[in-house]
Amino acid sequence: MNQQPFLRPFTAPAALCAFAFVAAMAAVLQYSLRAYVPGSLDPGGFTLANFADLLKPLYARVFLDTVWICALTAAATLVVGYPLAYALVRVENAVAKSALLVIVVTPLFLGEVVRTYSWIIVLGNNGFINSVLRGLGLIDQPVQFMFTTFGVVVALVHVTLPVMVIMLAAGLSHIDRDYLRAAESLGAGPIRVFLTVTLPLSMPGVIAGVTTAFAWTFSAFATPQLIGGGRVNMISNLVYQLGFASFNFPFAATLCVAGLALTIAVLFLLRLAAKPLENIESH
Amino acid sequence: MIPRSTYQRMLGLAGKVAVILILGFLILPAAVVTIAAFNDKAILSFPPQAWSWRWFGRALAYQDFRDGFRNGLIVTAWSSTIALAVGAMFAFVIDRYRLPFKKAIEGILVSPLVIPHFTVGLGFLILAAQIGLSRGFAVVVACHVILVLPFVLRSVYVSLKNLDESYELAAASLGATPLRVLLTVTLPLLLPGLVSGWLFAAILSFNEFTASLFVTSQRTQTLPVAMYNYVREFADPSMAALSVMYIVGTAALIAFANAFLGLGKVLNIEQSH
Repeated sequence: MNQQPFLRPFTAPAALCAFAFVAAMAAVLQYSLRAYVPGSLDPGGFTLANFADLLKPLYARVFLDTVWICALTAAATLVVGYPLAYALVRVENAVAKSALLVIVVTPLFLGEVVRTYSWIIVLGNNGFINSVLRGLGLIDQPVQFMFTTFGVVVALVHVTLPVMVIMLAAGLSHIDRDYLRAAESLGAGPIRVFLTVTLPLSMPGVIAGVTTAFAWTFSAFATPQLIGGGRVNMISNLVYQLGFASFNFPFAATLCVAGLALTIAVLFLLRLAAKPLENIESH
Repeated sequence: MIPRSTYQRMLGLAGKVAVILILGFLILPAAVVTIAAFNDKAILSFPPQAWSWRWFGRALAYQDFRDGFRNGLIVTAWSSTIALAVGAMFAFVIDRYRLPFKKAIEGILVSPLVIPHFTVGLGFLILAAQIGLSRGFAVVVACHVILVLPFVLRSVYVSLKNLDESYELAAASLGATPLRVLLTVTLPLLLPGLVSGWLFAAILSFNEFTASLFVTSQRTQTLPVAMYNYVREFADPSMAALSVMYIVGTAALIAFANAFLGLGKVLNIEQSH
């Protein structure tokens, strides 16, 4: 720990940014406790009515749908992401490894809009899948993917997959290969080595991946908005609608606060459930 | 009983097939969008009857896309540069010093990773309204700085961790002042981390959508927001053409970053020895 006191002011810009962010979040919290004045952009007095409104079936339903879609997406992403992460860590060929990495990572930086638009072209009634199925003579009527939970989840899995693979690969790459060799030399087959050694040791990566996938899905807006088309609604869609269609910013803020509380609660429960698994690592 | 080696080979083959299928799933949208972009017809149909470049011309000529691109560059340049300066200074302090409130500030600055972007966007929108700021570039840039800071912090922090402090000690023992050590030894050694942090921040900021939708106005809308509005209103393949340009540009940047900076190291998935 070397001492260079002249560098202390280095914290000032960071502190300023932290302050701005806290102020923005405080603004949301404050608005969530204000009354909505129809026709006015300024909020009314302090009230708890917004939080009471959350219990209305319409809103409660959107909350349940959101959690369900997040859970489905996180689980599906884990199943699809694990083999890819495993391949990424195990591939020896440098060129193949780079190619894999670029294919996996590029979608991460494409942004939600481009990816969602691409999926509309794939899943639409005149889209790729339906055209191919029709061309093969397998269907007469298009299969409905758009405006369904299935369609939304497929596109969301594509959005969260890169991050899941990166986190799983980080977990897998830190496993000491001597453990695997030891298990093999003691006669365990590849499946047994995987189930009893690799999988338990990769648990920290699995937990990190699932939590991040859940939180990311919760944050998704364009995908449920465009592919769900108003028939599959997540909290993000409701927040935008309330804010920009009816200018009810106080209730939009309430939904944000409740959504945040819900994410934190779910993530906390996930961590808690994973606690016994984490201990395996310490041996 | 199948011999063990055959069994293992079959397992390996099954694994390869699974990985190829998943890669297909990852690539499918990009491939389909590319076909749609070169399709001469305005209506999506597979396979296309005729090919043309005309949607690319349309996309490049569309005023909202041009404005969005320009606004995006302005926002990205400012926010990633500010985030790099703020993040690099702070990562350095986190790595080297014991200061009060250090942990609290760090916690706040990485929290946007788990806070939904629509909440961050709404927060900045309300905050700007409360302090009487109009919805100009300043609000968008501030919002983006906050959103990309966690990534910059991480990138710089990782390269600080890998930095061999004995170089700094050597310079200091030869009589260099602390400021000189920082400028002539530490900073040059950190350069790859700083470049990758900036690149990371720039790509994320240029692509940021949900929070931008909340904080931008017609005048400041960035490219993803312009694209979103286009998708909602029109269905012609101009958007597909733009997506193709987007995908090619991004993949090239990523390949570049990987070749020069080692993406595996930045993402912490390189084999540990």
